[in-house]
Amino acid sequence: MSRHGYRYSAGKLLKHGLTRGDWPRMWSRPERRDSYDVVIVGGGLHGLATAYYLAKNHGITNVAVVDKGYLGGGGSGRNTAIVRSNYLTPEGVAFYDRSLQLYNTMASDLNLNVMLSRRGHLTLAHTDSALRTMTWRAEVNKLLDIDSSVIDPEEVKRLTPSLDVSSDTRYPILGALYHPPGGIVRHDAVVWGYARAADHLGVHLLQDTEVLDISCSGGDGPDGKGPGGRVTGVRTSRGDISAPVVVNCTAGWASLISNMAGVPLAITTHPLQAAVTEPCKVFLPTVVVSGSLHVYVSQTDRGELVFGASVDPIGTYRVNGTLEFTEELAGHVLELMPGISKMRLMRQWSGLCDMTPDYSPIMGFTAVDGYLVDVGWGTYGFKAGPVAGETMAETIATGRTADLIASFGIERFTEGNLVGEKGAAAVGH
Amino acid sequence: MILVPCPNCGPRNSSDLRNAGEVVPRPDAATASLSEWRSYLYLRDNPAGWVTETWYCRSGCRTYFTIERNTATNEVRGLERT
Repeated sequence: MSRHGYRYSAGKLLKHGLTRGDWPRMWSRPERRDSYDVVIVGGGLHGLATAYYLAKNHGITNVAVVDKGYLGGGGSGRNTAIVRSNYLTPEGVAFYDRSLQLYNTMASDLNLNVMLSRRGHLTLAHTDSALRTMTWRAEVNKLLDIDSSVIDPEEVKRLTPSLDVSSDTRYPILGALYHPPGGIVRHDAVVWGYARAADHLGVHLLQDTEVLDISCSGGDGPDGKGPGGRVTGVRTSRGDISAPVVVNCTAGWASLISNMAGVPLAITTHPLQAAVTEPCKVFLPTVVVSGSLHVYVSQTDRGELVFGASVDPIGTYRVNGTLEFTEELAGHVLELMPGISKMRLMRQWSGLCDMTPDYSPIMGFTAVDGYLVDVGWGTYGFKAGPVAGETMAETIATGRTADLIASFGIERFTEGNLVGEKGAAAVGH
Repeated sequence: MILVPCPNCGPRNSSDLRNAGEVVPRPDAATASLSEWRSYLYLRDNPAGWVTETWYCRSGCRTYFTIERNTATNEVRGLERT
């Protein structure tokens, strides 16, 4: 319980129902200061979590989170809200498992029901090689004390009866990697929870404030930008802000913001499309993922089926939907679950994913002093939000890269030291 | 849908081709330093606007060619065989 008490109790609901009074605003709209200790660019899950942990764990509260739109309007509100930690590399497993721990206690930490449902996560294998990789993943997971195992088609059928596990399909299900702690969360609630908690701790949330440039001095490039320089602040659509530390927590626009500081990134931006059906009676008890069929599906508490796919093959900043996606998605989903052929798709949307060559994020310090990145989150940014915030806050506060993110540094591309997470992160949500 | 003008096959739906990404100048492998070579391999401008990029006519004439495309609108212009 926070110092503000229970805001959404049954008693409050009754009181507001009777008086028809306004509910209190979840966070304030503060007046912008001219300088902050830390400016975080991007008011999504990663930016807000970083601000929250800076204030809560390290007592740094003179922090601004700036966003050109509204909080949680980018990837944080467009993802398919799946959480899991059954990755392939030990670095990935340790990192994402810490995030799952934070998700586990989030509702009480932030005093907001984030509707975490650890319902179990199935990654289907349709080929012998996929089964082999899953066995490998399961063994890495077990070694790191993660609940993860390979199960046979009968067990898959027992856990999720609506799946067609017969052998006469085009891509028969040969088995699955079963990860019981995986599940889904309400993604908007996570954003609101962090935003409210950060606001209560004194962080300024500046919405509708677009960053136009990052001011630097002493660097090799034009205007003092680039390697060897240091950050002095940001120029925004609502005036200049000076700050010794600027953190890039954007997704979709990470390259554009980073180029403002003269720090090129190993990123190409691709849209990822998702869709949701009309609501129906709950029949799908697990999260089902098929890498070969490029689809993952879960059923929300409202009864809608949420589908996601792999990123579009063409890099673009345009987020319109395509017929190719809908056709392919429908075909693949019906391959897995023929029983839902009469269901109608209600909505389709897409979000921008910053893809890196090794399917791992880019985090920590850069060649520009005071400019930090928490970018390149591809298709796995939501599940990592809490731990990314915690480790970025630690990195900023201590001036030393947190252990959990040591392998995700930007220098790995010039040192040729890439992370081998491709197999587990490509479509495995 | 993006109509991509293949020099041989004419305008084709983008799903018939493969996007090979933005054109990055290739350094001389004999003289480039490791960091220059790796920058060529991994670092991208990734602009939201006009970009020169390579396409591969996968299900047609199998030609590689470059065009200009606006990544904010997917408008396409220019045509050059490589």
